[in-house]
Parts: sequence; C-alpha cells; structure tokens
Amino acid sequence: MSLEEYKGVAIFAQQVDNKLSSIAFELIGKAHELAADLGTDVTAVVLGSGIGSLADELGEYGADKVVVIDNPVLETYRTEPYAQALAAYINEYKPEIMLVGATAIGRDLGPTVSARVATGLTADCTSLEIGDFPLVAREGQEQKHGQLLMTRPAFGGNTIATIACPDNRPQMATVRPGVMQKLEKVAGRKAEVINYNPEIVENNKFVEILNVVKNISNTVDIMDAKILVSGGRGVGTPENFKLLDDLAEVLGGTVSCSRAVVDAGWKPKDLQVGQTGKTVRPNVYFAIGISGAIQHTAGMEESDIIIAINKDETAPIFDVADYGIVGDLNKILPALTEALKAELANK
Amino acid sequence: MNIVVCIKQVPDTKGGVKFNPDGTLDRAAMLAIMNPDDKAGLEAALRIKDETGAKVTVVTMGLPKADDMLREALAMGADEAVLITDRRLGGADTWATSSTIAAGLRNIDYDLIITGRQAIDGDTAQVGPQIAEHLGLPVISYAENIKVEGDSVVVQRQYEDRYHEIKAKMPCLITALSELNEPRYMTPGGIFDAFDKEVTVWGRDDLKDLDDANIGLAGSPTKIAKASDKVRKGAGEKVALDPKESVEYIVGKLKEKHVI
Repeated sequence: MSLEEYKGVAIFAQQVDNKLSSIAFELIGKAHELAADLGTDVTAVVLGSGIGSLADELGEYGADKVVVIDNPVLETYRTEPYAQALAAYINEYKPEIMLVGATAIGRDLGPTVSARVATGLTADCTSLEIGDFPLVAREGQEQKHGQLLMTRPAFGGNTIATIACPDNRPQMATVRPGVMQKLEKVAGRKAEVINYNPEIVENNKFVEILNVVKNISNTVDIMDAKILVSGGRGVGTPENFKLLDDLAEVLGGTVSCSRAVVDAGWKPKDLQVGQTGKTVRPNVYFAIGISGAIQHTAGMEESDIIIAINKDETAPIFDVADYGIVGDLNKILPALTEALKAELANK
Repeated sequence: MNIVVCIKQVPDTKGGVKFNPDGTLDRAAMLAIMNPDDKAGLEAALRIKDETGAKVTVVTMGLPKADDMLREALAMGADEAVLITDRRLGGADTWATSSTIAAGLRNIDYDLIITGRQAIDGDTAQVGPQIAEHLGLPVISYAENIKVEGDSVVVQRQYEDRYHEIKAKMPCLITALSELNEPRYMTPGGIFDAFDKEVTVWGRDDLKDLDDANIGLAGSPTKIAKASDKVRKGAGEKVALDPKESVEYIVGKLKEKHVI
C-alpha cells in the first residue's frame, strides 16, 4: 500500500435507533486536534437507514465532511453489513486515521474491519496524539513523523502502553467512551455531506436478529457506568442509601457499594466493587462512607476521578482519592444534590 | 458436532494485583490462570457437550508452560488440547495472533468456535472477531447465552442498554462473556485422566496458509512505542470544610474536570 495516498482523519459516528451516540461527538472533538496537527480535515462516517438528518448534527459538532451510507440493511447493527460498508468507505476514501468508539458495537466492528483492510488496530485508547515513531531517533531505523500515537491501559489498568502503526493505513483505534472532549455545538455550522452507496452483499456471514430486548433489567451494570456513587458501611442504614440514589440520579450515575454493604444484606452482590466484586473504571467514583480497604481499592483505583467523603480523616480511602472531604455525609450529600440540580438546570 | 474453544493463559489480575515497592507490577508474584472469559467459553462448550455429546477441543497459543492450563481444560471435560508454540510467533499483536490461530484452526474440524470476549492482560477484545474474519465466518461478540438449534446457534448478544437475540448458521464464531455461566470445577477423575492425555503441540511449520509476513513481532502492524507499569497514583487533596464549603469544593472540581 502507498501510505501517502491516505489522507484525513475519519471517525465512525455510531448511531443507535437513529440517534447519534455521545462517542460520535467525542471522537470528532479529538479528531479535530489530530487534524490540526496534520493540516487536514475531519470526516464523520455515519451508517444506518433513514439517517440523512444526522449529518446536520455531526456538522454542528464540528465534522468538516459527513459521509452518509444509508441503506435499509444497516437499520440495526449487525457485524457483517456494517463491516462491508465501513471497509468500502476506507478503500474508497483512504483516510490516514480511522477512529471508532470502544463501545459494544465498536469493539466488534473495529477488529473485523481492521482485519478486512489488513491494518493494525489499537484497543480502548484513552489518549491520542500525533508524534514521531520511534519516539526517539535510532540509528539504522527510519524515524517517521506525523504518526498517530495511541495510548491505552492494559493489564486491568496496571500498565500503560503507547502504540503506533507506522507501516499500514489507516491507523485505527477504538477510543474509550467518556474520555475525549466534545466541541461546543455551533447551531447552523454546516459540513459537506457526501452520500455514498457501496454495494452490500448478503453472504454466509449475515446473521438474523430474532429479537431486540432493551433495558434487560433496571440495574445498569456498574462496570459500564460513567459515574458511580458508591456507599460503604458508613452510610449507616439501607434506607440512608436514598441520599446516594438522589445524587446518582441528578448526575445520571449509578449506585454501587462495598463488600460490607453486601454482607449486611443492604445491597445485592452485583453492585459490589472490589476484589471479590467487580472492577470498575468510571469517569467519576464517589466513595461515600467507605473506609477503603485494599480489597475495595483494588476494584476502583483506576477510576479517572475519585471523590471520597468520610468522617474519619485517617480512612485509607483518602490515600487513593483525588479529592477527599473529611465530613458528615448526611449533611454534605443532600446539599450537594441540590447544588448540582441548580447547576445543571442553568445549563 | 465439533466445538473448538480458544483459551489463553494470563497472569491473575483479579485475585489481587501485586506491586513492587516502587509501585511497578510484580508479575512474578502473580499466578498464571485460564483467562476468565475463555473459561466461561469452555464451560458453555462443555454444557453443549453434556446435552449433545459434542466433541470439545481447546486450542491455545503461548509458551510451553501453557500446557498446565490445557490440562486443566482437559480435567474439566475437554476431549482434546492443542498448544501452538514457537519462538517465531512471539511478540504478536492481535492481527498476527489471530492470523496464527486461524491457521491452526484450519487444521481442525469445527462447527462452532468459542473464544473469550477479551483477555485480562491485553484487554483488547480483538482476537476473537479477527479470527472469524480470517476464517470467513460470522462472528457474534459479547455472548451471554448460547443455544444450539439444529444447524444454527441462537445467542444473546449484549450491548450497553439492550441485547439482541441472534441466530447464525454454523460454522460461526462466538465471543463469550464471563457473566455467561459459572465454570465447573475439575473432577478428581478428570484430573487423573488429564495427565495421561496427549497434548498436541504445533510449531510454525505445522501451520498452513500462513504468510511469514503475518506472524510474530515483525508481522504485527502495531508497534509498541513505549510501555510502562503505571505507577499507582498517590493521594490527592484532602480537605476538612463545613458542609456548605464542601459542596462548593466538590461542585468546583466537577466543573474543572468537565463532568458537569
């Protein structure tokens, strides 16, 4: 492949039920920074059926171009027709960078498409930048400039690696949702819209969707939550978790808990964070009345922001918290919920 | 019916990650285990075997010591085990790994291939779908329930806020979530038998239709520019304020970090 033929930064603009997912806007935001460094532009690629109107929204969030692949076979996500469409886009338009959200769709579509177009794919990236590979010039090895450097955690978040894809195009990454910043929406900002209709051929890889079942249960998996409001024994009583429920609701978050709370029978096991529960990495983790034993922190210390409230100033939770507040949760939580309500109402 | 389960030996990160005094990961102190999602995939295969008498073969690519894990799989009830091991295959990224395993699978009869969704060391979730792509098979990722119906499988495929019930004709590949089931223990008789069984060992030269350009470190499109153990972050700020100031402090931090 001639690498120079590949130009521009493209993002897969995920939509579900003809509504764009937040990750689509986050990817445009990051793609803008990368495109500025490379002196190129940002293309959002949206696949679906009856999705023409989504192009305007992608333009308002900063896409320079929108490629629309509108086909009834793309109405509900299935790996094969989506992979055919996205691979066709890559082969036709040759972007140098192709970003996909690390969602339940993207982590299926990304590997399939990258294998199909024979390029590398870096999973679940938390940081992307343009730089040199190798990072430092080495004798006997060409140092390539303008490469996509993709940084990702591995080993359950205990190691971190920066990865490049110097000899294949496009450079592909799936990007963790909730990490990149969207741009401000500019009403009326227009993208150049391109309707592209690649042939999608039904083959042995097509599967049949028998049923779509939404919201399988009322409880969100705490491993998927972006904001967790987690309570420990210090919450005092099962009824007092109402304070945590209220805070979680106003932030669009989910309530989780420590082992002590499960052992006391206040909350079910599937909400338990920690070594014998689940490992979580939300954007924000509130540790409310949790002392922070190592068995608990092992399951949450990779959260992006940890806010701890505990009345015991010697509680070990303060050793891992970014922001620790020594105080009474019964006084702080209701006031915090009200303050956030007021704050968000002004937006 | 022939089921192949792809499994990987990984360091145990769930049973307590160990750190050196300087905050780096102490790999030597961690146990090597069968990757949890893969074990759930094996259990799903064994349940189909219990019902239908299917033959279950486990396949791994790794170091010779992965033999231990293959014997565990045999002791749980797998019928055959294959170890793909060769220094020339080392340092592979997901493209090279999936190309290699796909080549190994071409040596085996299969109707259904099950892999774990992702391994707890790499966390990529890419190898399963990429094996399917190399073999030209339909892939169903994130499976939480697997039923065999005639020449098809019916699978519950998880998304963030929903699931799809999907029917696919075999042969196909499914990636399993550890939530799928509770894997069985090895039986004493099974353990005894497992050590008498032959583990098939394949090197690079046993793998057909595999270009040298697609294996090992050199055949990996992605290259590591920098890797480090993440030094655990230390304590942040700690404040003791009255409730009103505490609230202002938290709201301020949430704004500063673009949470609200």
